[in-house]
Amino acid sequence: MSKMVLTTEGDKYVVVTRRFAASPDLVYRAHTEPALIQKWLLGPDGWTMPVCISEPRPGGGIRYEWKDGKGNGFHLTGEYVELVPFSKIVHVERMHLPDPTPDNHVETRFDADGRGTLMTMRMTLPNARARTAMLATGMEHGMEASYARLEKMV
Amino acid sequence: MTDLDATFFALSDPTRRAILARLARGEATVMELAHPFEMTQPAVSRHLKVLEGARLITRRVDGAKRPCRLNNRGIKAIEQWLAVMHKALARNYDRLDNVLADLHRTPSKGEPP
Repeated sequence: MSKMVLTTEGDKYVVVTRRFAASPDLVYRAHTEPALIQKWLLGPDGWTMPVCISEPRPGGGIRYEWKDGKGNGFHLTGEYVELVPFSKIVHVERMHLPDPTPDNHVETRFDADGRGTLMTMRMTLPNARARTAMLATGMEHGMEASYARLEKMV
Repeated sequence: MTDLDATFFALSDPTRRAILARLARGEATVMELAHPFEMTQPAVSRHLKVLEGARLITRRVDGAKRPCRLNNRGIKAIEQWLAVMHKALARNYDRLDNVLADLHRTPSKGEPP
């Protein structure tokens, strides 16, 4: 299992790196094809993504809707800006909590790394208000629980 | 509310991070901080001002000295957000490992049945 690294870059960006034991084309597809995105982009255990729209072309739309099965939910909208199959995705996204958070500009790169892929995602650091709204979605406790389970697995 | 943007700016500098690491071991005066970092006291004071503005440290008055210590409230605010982000993403990528393993077994079709 590969360890994810999350760092801040100055006061503007968060950079996440993660290695995957699959080629860049597969990792890229898992980030752009709705049927694949719905299987993993879920946050804490118990959440599902019943609606997933992903139109991977410049200007194409993004809409993810999450539900926790207990009446809670929120959604995210966005647009693709630039796509270089199978190495780079640039998109903009915002969460609706229910007020929209400021636009998050995300650049994701997929570089061949031996037989696998090194993914590097650079995203805009949300402002304090957006961070508070994100923490207030009630996801935090679920994340604590799933992280504890993950720790046991590793 | 703590201004987290100021906090991240304060943390973007390696010297300020080193000062925080030193203060994590206990309170220190400007003079005590200047010595190991081979910096002038005015230079250290400028860094301390940024850290204080971001509420990462607090200073108290002790005669002519103004010793510095970590401000746990400011530090917890950043850690909380980054920790939640880290956990959510780590869980996602853990699941993505499994999705990729399935894809690898059926490379011609997008999805296993």
